Amino acid sequence: MSSIFQAVGAATSLSSSASFDTKKFQFSSSRSLLGKRASCVVVRCSGAKMDGGLNQIGGRADHLVTNAVATKADTPAASTASKPGHELLLFEALREGLEEEMERDARVCVMGEDVGHYGGSYKVTKGLAPKYGDLRVLDTPIAENSFTGMGIGAAMMGLRPIIEGMNMGFLLLAFNQISNNCGMLHYTSGGQFKIPVVIRGPGGVGRQLGAEHSQRLESYFQSIPGIQMVACSTPYNAKGLMKAAIRSDNPVILFEHVLLYNLKERIPDEEYVLNLEEAEMVRPGEHVTILTYSRMRYHVMQAAKTLVNKGYDPEVIDIRSLKPFDLHTIGNSIKKTHRVLIVEECMRTGGIGASLTAAITENFHDYLDAPIICLSSQDVPTPYAGTLEEWTVVQPPQIVAAVEQLCR
Amino acid sequence: MASSSLKKSKNFIFYNLNLKSKFLIPDRTSAITNSLFHHRLLHSISSPPSPPVPKYASYSQLNSAIFELACLRRRLHSTTSVSNDISQLAVEPTSHQVLDFPGGKVKFTQKLIFTSNSTEERVHCYRVLDENGQPFTDIDSSLKISKELAVQMYTNMVTLEVMDTIFYESQRQGRISFYATTTGEEAINIASAAALDSKDFVFPQYREPGVLLWRGFTLQEFANQLFGNKYEYGKGRQMPIHYGSRKHNYITVASTVATQIPHAVGAAYSLKMENQDSCVITYFGDGGTSTADFHAAMNFAAVMEVPVIFFCRNNGWAISTPVDEQFRSDGVVVKGKAYGVPSIRIDGNDALAIYNAVNEARKMAIKEQTPVLIEALTYRAGHHTTSDDSTRYRSTDEIERWRGDQNPVKRFRKWIESKGWWNDVAESEYRSSIRKQVAQAIQVAERIEKPPVAEMFNDVYDIPPKNLKEQEVFVRKTVKKHTEDYPSDVPL
Repeated sequence: MSSIFQAVGAATSLSSSASFDTKKFQFSSSRSLLGKRASCVVVRCSGAKMDGGLNQIGGRADHLVTNAVATKADTPAASTASKPGHELLLFEALREGLEEEMERDARVCVMGEDVGHYGGSYKVTKGLAPKYGDLRVLDTPIAENSFTGMGIGAAMMGLRPIIEGMNMGFLLLAFNQISNNCGMLHYTSGGQFKIPVVIRGPGGVGRQLGAEHSQRLESYFQSIPGIQMVACSTPYNAKGLMKAAIRSDNPVILFEHVLLYNLKERIPDEEYVLNLEEAEMVRPGEHVTILTYSRMRYHVMQAAKTLVNKGYDPEVIDIRSLKPFDLHTIGNSIKKTHRVLIVEECMRTGGIGASLTAAITENFHDYLDAPIICLSSQDVPTPYAGTLEEWTVVQPPQIVAAVEQLCR
Repeated sequence: MASSSLKKSKNFIFYNLNLKSKFLIPDRTSAITNSLFHHRLLHSISSPPSPPVPKYASYSQLNSAIFELACLRRRLHSTTSVSNDISQLAVEPTSHQVLDFPGGKVKFTQKLIFTSNSTEERVHCYRVLDENGQPFTDIDSSLKISKELAVQMYTNMVTLEVMDTIFYESQRQGRISFYATTTGEEAINIASAAALDSKDFVFPQYREPGVLLWRGFTLQEFANQLFGNKYEYGKGRQMPIHYGSRKHNYITVASTVATQIPHAVGAAYSLKMENQDSCVITYFGDGGTSTADFHAAMNFAAVMEVPVIFFCRNNGWAISTPVDEQFRSDGVVVKGKAYGVPSIRIDGNDALAIYNAVNEARKMAIKEQTPVLIEALTYRAGHHTTSDDSTRYRSTDEIERWRGDQNPVKRFRKWIESKGWWNDVAESEYRSSIRKQVAQAIQVAERIEKPPVAEMFNDVYDIPPKNLKEQEVFVRKTVKKHTEDYPSDVPL
C-alpha cells in the first residue's frame, strides 16, 4: 500500500525554477520569496497537480496511528536535504501565509485576544506584533461580538482584517455580527460596502478540552448567506487557503483544528494561493468516494490503509470548501465510484454531512448504487473523559466497517 | 466568594486596629494635614456630625483633633456608611502606604464606605439657548455661526420635519410599507451633521436620516429607498428607512440595535492606522446602551485611543420602555467615566448646543486621538415606528408638552428670527415648497419600476456562486410558468 503512495509521489514531484536552500525556515524564505516575486509560481489546485505535496501526507498516515496530531518526527523514506521547498508545521504555515499577505498589502491587519505580543494562543501570530506593530496586530479585550463588529467596521472602511477567535466556540458570541452584519451588509447596502474579513480560529474536538471548547461551528454557520467557509487540514492547504481567504473580497471563515497545528509538511518555497472553492483529491480510487475534511481526513487515511489491505480502493477527497461545496469534483468522483461515504466531525444533526448528503442526493441521485452513509459525531456535548471523548468522534474502524457495508 | 469577603473584612478590621495606634503618633502629622477633611463625609454618617475640622495652628490642637477623629473612627468601624460623593474615597486621611497595583497606585482607606449608587446631583446639561430661543450668554463670540450656516441648519430641520410628516402619512395610506419618524430629534440630526466634516464616517442606528439630508441626499433619493425602486442605492433589498450611501460616507442602516457601535470603533481604528484627519461618529438611543456591543465598544475605544464620537440620543423611550426601566445610572453620560471616555451631557433640543459640542468633540477626538461620549437629552415626540402607537404607554399630555416649548425646530426658529435672519413669510414659503417637493418625489418614486429579479442574487458574494446561479434559474423558470402570479412592476 505504501508503494502506491510513493510511486505517485515520484511521478509528480514538485519542481521549482530555482533551488532554494532547505535550511531556510519560514521567516527567511518569505524574504527570499519577496525578492524573487517576479518569478513566483501560483499553483492553482486541481486534482492531479496536488499529488506531489499530498502524497507526503498520505504516506505519513502510516505514522499517525490513533493520534491525529503528528509528532515532530522527520519524514520517512527520502532524505530532506535534496528536496525543494521547506518543512514547517501547520501553525507555522498559517503564519507564513499571514505574514506574506501582511507584507504584500498594508491594509491587512489582525485582531484577536492575545495575538499581539503573546503571539497567539496557538502561536499563529507569533513574531508579527514586533514586526508590524501592535496596532496592526491588535490585542483585544474579551468581547468577541464587539471585536468581530470592529473588524467589520474596519473592513467597510477599506482594511482587510483577520479576526482570530481563540477557539471557534467563542465565535458563538460573535454570531450576531457574523450573521446579521458580516454576511449581510454587502447585500443590503446594494454592494456599496464590502466586508473582506477573514474569521479564523481552531475548533473541533481536541484532547480533553471539555464540552465548551470542542465545538464544531461549521454546522452553525453554514446557513448564513454571504459568507464562505473553508477548512484546512495540511500545512500546504493551510497556507494556500489563508492567502486566498485574505485576498477574497467576501467574508471567509477559515476553520482550523486544534489537533492539527503540529502537523509537519514540506511546502514549496514559491508563492502559491489555493482556490477557496475547490476540493482536494487526497487519494484517487475506484470503489468508493469518501468525503471528509479537517481532522477526519487523517482518520480516513488511516482507515484507507486497512481498506487497501482488505482489497478495497477508496477514493478520498478532502472537501476543504464547506460553503459552497465543490460539487464538480465530488460529482466526478461519484460518477466514477457510485458509492459515497461522508466522514465528518460535526454532530449528526444539522452538520456539514447532513447538507452534503442532501446536496449529493439532489444532484447525483442517479449515479448512486447505494444510499449515502454519513458518519458523524454523536449529538452529545463532548465529554471530558478521554475514553468517552474518543468515541464521540468517528474512528477508523467505523470507517472501515462503513466502506465494507457500502461495497457489499 | 463569601468566605473571601469575610476574610477581607477580618483583615480590614485587623489592619485598622493597627493603624489607629499609628495615627496617634506625632510624626504622622504630614499625612494628616496634607489630606483634606471633608465635613460633608462626617455629616453623612449616622452619628452626630462633628464640627468642621480647623486648620492646625498648634500641636496640641492637632493632638486633640486626632483624638476626636480616632473616636469617630472607632464608631465608624461598627457602622458602614454611604458616601454621597465618590471623590471622598480618594482623599481620605490614610497612612502613607499605597498599593502598587497594575494600572496605577491605589491609596488605602480605613473607612468602610460604599460609593453611592447615585450622586446627589445629576450631571449638568450643556445648553446655549433657552426655551424661547434666547441665548444665556453672548454666544456670537464663542460659536461664530454665520447667517448662512444658521439658515441652512434651520431649513434642513424644517425639511426633515416636513419629510417625516408626509412620508409617515404615505405609509398610513399604504403607499410604503414602513416608516420611522425623527420627530423631536431634528436638532440632533442636523446640528451634529453640520458640525462634522463630510469625510467623517457616520454609523447610524436608524433615526438619523437628517445627517444624510445635511450631506446632500436628495428627497428623491430618500423616496427611492422607501419605495425600493431600481434607483435606490440598496437595490431594493432592505426595508424602508435603511438608507446607506457610500458617497456620503453614511453606512447602510442595519435593523440590529447597537451593532454599529463596534463597527464605528473598527472604522476609527482604521483611521488611526492610516493617520487620517477625520473622525467617526456613531449614533444610538438610550435603549442601545444596554446592549453588550455598546459597553465593549466603549471599552475598546478607550483602550485603543481611537477618534470616535459616541452620540447617544437619550430620547426617554425604547419603544415602550422608559429610561428608568432601561438603566438605573444617571443616564448615559456617567458610563463614559466608567470606561475612561471623556463625556458630556447636552440639551438635545438645542441646535446650537449640539453644534458646539460636536464641533469640540470632533477636534478633541482627532487631535488627542480619543473617543468622546455625548449624551443628548431629547424626546421621541413621534411613535417608535409606524408599527407602534405610543399613546398606549405614555400620556398624550407628555407628548404635547415636548412638542410645545421644547420643540427643537421652534426653539431654533425663535433664535434665528431674533437675529433677523428668518421670518413668517420665509417660513410659509419654504414649508410649502418642501411639501410640494416631497409629494413630487413620492409620486416619481412610486412609478419607477423595482430592481430586476437578478438583483436578488447579486452581491451576496462578489461573484455569484454556482448554487445561487442555479437558484436564480429555478426562480425564473417558476416565474415563467406562473406569470399571472408575478408582480408586474418587478422586471425579470
